[in-house]
Amino acid sequence: MPDAPLAPRTPPSASPPPSPRAPAAPGALLSVRDLRVAFGALEVVRGLSFDVRPREVLALVGESGAGKSLTARALLGMLPRGTTTSGSVRLRDAPGSYAELVGATRPALAALRGRRIALVPQDALSALSPVHPVGDQLAAAVRSVDGVSRSQARARAVAALDRVGIPDAARRARAYPHEYSGGMRQRAVIAMATINEPDVVVADEPTTALDADLRDQVLRVLGEQREAVGAALVLVTHDLGVVRGHTDRVLVMYAGRQVEQGPTRRVLDRPRAPYTAGLLASLPPADSEDGEDGPAGGAPRPGGSGRRRRLPALPGTPPVPDALPPGCAFAPRCPLAEDRCRREEPGPWTVGDGHEVSCHRWDDVPYPATELFLERPA
Amino acid sequence: MNQHTALLDVRDLVVRYGAVTAVDHVSFTVDAGETLALNGPSGCGKSSTVAAVLQLRRPENGSVRFEGRELTTLSERELRPLRPRMQPVFQDPYGSLSPRHRIRDAVAEPLRVQGRWDAAGPARVAALLDRVGLDPAYGDRFPHELSGGQCQRAGIARALASEPRLLVLDEPVSALDPSVRAGVLNLLADLQDDLGLAYLFICHDRAVVRHFADRAVEMRGGRLVPA
Repeated sequence: MPDAPLAPRTPPSASPPPSPRAPAAPGALLSVRDLRVAFGALEVVRGLSFDVRPREVLALVGESGAGKSLTARALLGMLPRGTTTSGSVRLRDAPGSYAELVGATRPALAALRGRRIALVPQDALSALSPVHPVGDQLAAAVRSVDGVSRSQARARAVAALDRVGIPDAARRARAYPHEYSGGMRQRAVIAMATINEPDVVVADEPTTALDADLRDQVLRVLGEQREAVGAALVLVTHDLGVVRGHTDRVLVMYAGRQVEQGPTRRVLDRPRAPYTAGLLASLPPADSEDGEDGPAGGAPRPGGSGRRRRLPALPGTPPVPDALPPGCAFAPRCPLAEDRCRREEPGPWTVGDGHEVSCHRWDDVPYPATELFLERPA
Repeated sequence: MNQHTALLDVRDLVVRYGAVTAVDHVSFTVDAGETLALNGPSGCGKSSTVAAVLQLRRPENGSVRFEGRELTTLSERELRPLRPRMQPVFQDPYGSLSPRHRIRDAVAEPLRVQGRWDAAGPARVAALLDRVGLDPAYGDRFPHELSGGQCQRAGIARALASEPRLLVLDEPVSALDPSVRAGVLNLLADLQDDLGLAYLFICHDRAVVRHFADRAVEMRGGRLVPA
């Protein structure tokens, strides 16, 4: 922990170091404490803590390589060989009673997966077998946890496909994945992940490969499924654009650590970490109300060439795990970094209602941070 | 030829796959130095349009004029000297560079293929890498050793090696993290201002289109619809 007196102002409250023993927040379905994932001695997820409550959507946001997907897989105990997981991932199995997933046996994990916690993977194609009809795969998922008859499982598969908006579901259930469009495949995978009504759905970049229309459709389907079964959703994404309007809380990761966490609106409207502010600043301005005032066909934009405003951009690239800088991992790219940032890992500090930030200079972060991240043209 | 001639003039383009009409009488123009965005959902025919414009797939009907020349009736051999002047940049930054070639060789390849490789070649490759914001030391690396954004910059350097007048940018930033995307869009804007490049910019993100393009047309079900 850094020395509080060095802070520009004393943070409102310095949180105690998260302990794997720290209790789950009241009512949480999923409670994660000091989660760490390492390849040998190389730690790539470095102490994440968060809770997800029923019907809540938590976004896990960060750039490629921040450790988002490893975190998602660690939540289900689905990490590749050679990784070690420590800390705590607890899944509520009865009011006030939790099952610990870190260190759980394979059979214990297998009994929870699909039924209590399920994954929507990034690449829908790789999640579906190419040699079996989609409906059969969903029916098999039903029968793997529920001893219903084949025909009952089939009926549930068709109903699940129908629920995610697959047209003519009964016929489509007999089709193979390659006969589905990308958006339909992604919806089929969502149907498969939610068919056994898990309490927690972890969706790993479910919309990355999709265009804007399909993206909204898939997020809507995920939301409906979550409502229908009362589940909580952990949505892993690199796109802050999908966070607004689709999530309740957001956790921003950088180089395996939490940079900032809090209620989505609070974090997006007043980010306290320069990294979050920079990510927001680098988004092209969102569509205005109807989204139809873009450059129209035929009508050239006034000003001609050279009129385009530059987008603010984060300089440099994220560090690789085996060459993390000392202190704050974002310091080498941070326009606000000072000596202290290069020496000491910051926070986390609680700066408001459920809003935590890990930045020495959280109180000096301007918003919008456009000026801070405008590239100096070469 | 004294009157205004668009750099790229596409008229009544039709692409069919069997009974399916992927591109249905599409017409648009791109002037020198400007960006025309082609916007639309997956499966609307954007990529088929790109393939037909680049003559990677011959269209079933219609005209593609580039620098005043009709491409659809040219033989592969006649097209060859024109191809360097209209270069594609694709969505997947890794997929568009051979995994077995160093970045330096990927950027040098157009020069070699076009018979323009000489003693100044290595310096030219280094200058191209520098131009796209990559340290020339990255030339020694393989694509998998680069981040997605760096790879996309290398792909742009390779396209620039041919000294094109038109870049066909097929979702060039869709696979990139938003933070990296901003840097690549800034680079493309700078290149356009400095080199007078024209862009046919395929993109499904309205906010990006609005920020980046001079004009935009929208495609749905193979046809252009009012934007």
